[in-house]
Amino acid sequence: MGKIGKQTWRFEKPIYINATGTTVGPLESQGPLKDSFDKWFDKLHCDEKNWEAAERKLLQEAITICLNKGNQTTKNIDIFLAGDLLNQTVTSNFVAREIQIPFLGLFGACSTSMESLALGAQLIDSGYAQTALCGVSSHNGAAERQFRYPTEYGGPTVKTKTFTVTGAGVALLSQKTSHVIVKEAIIGKVVDWGIGDPNNMGTAMAPAAADTIYTFFQDTGYNPQDFDMIVTGDLSSVGSPILKQLLSEKKLDISKNHHDCGLMIYRPNQPVSAGGSGCACSAVVTYGHLVKQLTKGTIKRVLVVATGALLNPTVIMQKETIPCIAHGVVLEAAGGQNS
Amino acid sequence: MVKLNDPKNYSKNMKSYQPSVPYFMNCLKAFLFGGAICVIGQSLQEMYIHSFHFTKDNAGNLTSATLILISALLTGFGVYDKFARYAGAGSLVPVTGFANSITSAGLESKSEGIVLGIATNLFKLAGAVIVFGVVSATVFGTIRLFIEHLLK
Repeated sequence: MGKIGKQTWRFEKPIYINATGTTVGPLESQGPLKDSFDKWFDKLHCDEKNWEAAERKLLQEAITICLNKGNQTTKNIDIFLAGDLLNQTVTSNFVAREIQIPFLGLFGACSTSMESLALGAQLIDSGYAQTALCGVSSHNGAAERQFRYPTEYGGPTVKTKTFTVTGAGVALLSQKTSHVIVKEAIIGKVVDWGIGDPNNMGTAMAPAAADTIYTFFQDTGYNPQDFDMIVTGDLSSVGSPILKQLLSEKKLDISKNHHDCGLMIYRPNQPVSAGGSGCACSAVVTYGHLVKQLTKGTIKRVLVVATGALLNPTVIMQKETIPCIAHGVVLEAAGGQNS
Repeated sequence: MVKLNDPKNYSKNMKSYQPSVPYFMNCLKAFLFGGAICVIGQSLQEMYIHSFHFTKDNAGNLTSATLILISALLTGFGVYDKFARYAGAGSLVPVTGFANSITSAGLESKSEGIVLGIATNLFKLAGAVIVFGVVSATVFGTIRLFIEHLLK
């Protein structure tokens, strides 16, 4: 009985997050969560020649840190699940070339963080892997360049625009007991309610997040108050109120425990317009901040819903809209079970 | 109250959830910053005419060249985009914005080489301005020619 309800997976075996690794760029390290991250770079270039190489370094370093913390080597990992925002998921592919772990490349835009975590847990649960490494990365310069304008191009501020987080987050999963347990996961549907403005992804993604969260509570029978936090990936200050309104119309009140990674990672006075976005946004906040809180026991149960805008820069010019998706994972504090 | 759970009308109903666009402040900032750039340009032109004795036309060309150089340098130092975030259209419209679009595209494409990187992508953003600049110059030039002939 792995599947419950329509879209939710409840893992039968206890699957633990044994270790995590997070790396971030300069702006993220000036944010309020600085101390939850393992490593930060003072320069956006991360001492590399170009943005794409910088992103690979972020992911590579996060993997090294994660494996060191989990006392593991690449040889003992059964599967590597990773994705990023760049064309052909080039960062993940190139890092997979270096680490030589059987690899599945994923693309779910900014939802890839929870997509990889859910799949990793599922592969362990079904017995096809004993250890799984799940990771994502994004880089502001590389993403801006691919999806918007050159980094140094000066354009006016758009209030609804989100700012791609520079960083990488990696989690090591296995059945070896640890402080954080992966309980359930929900795979979202692609939802498109007709928003075609790439500078307003919070508004575009809110219905997808609402759909996933609503279905999750229907499937599992949980109530929002069963969770210390319900965290969305990158709805920003624009999408978050819309999400709460969409759910409250369906008699689901998450206003008390809803948080958004895109708003948690930066200070309000940082120049990021509506908030953070990108694969790394939900990944570094979850694997850095939330996993630390769960380990300490200050929070017991959290639902992380990573939201992804599946937009394509070419097709958007052809007047198409933005399909969006959201995947959720439930993490619980495992109490005093030490590894 | 309008229900937001309505996929068909979402793009209309979500409008009340959007942050307001400060049109007046944007216009004021664009006027002040854009005006300031023009004042600098005018001072440069006067300087070229009065201190270096250039003709008005030559001084105008030199002024554009100077502003383009300054803008390109500021882009390279990573200052122009920060300035533009506050100045808005004030930094976008003058020749400095044009120079910024070319320089930033060139800088970004450096990693792919000089020919296929920089040369190919240099006019990625500015290309549209050049195309419509040339087209509209042709159209209005022709109209002017006709009117001049009619008036003779």
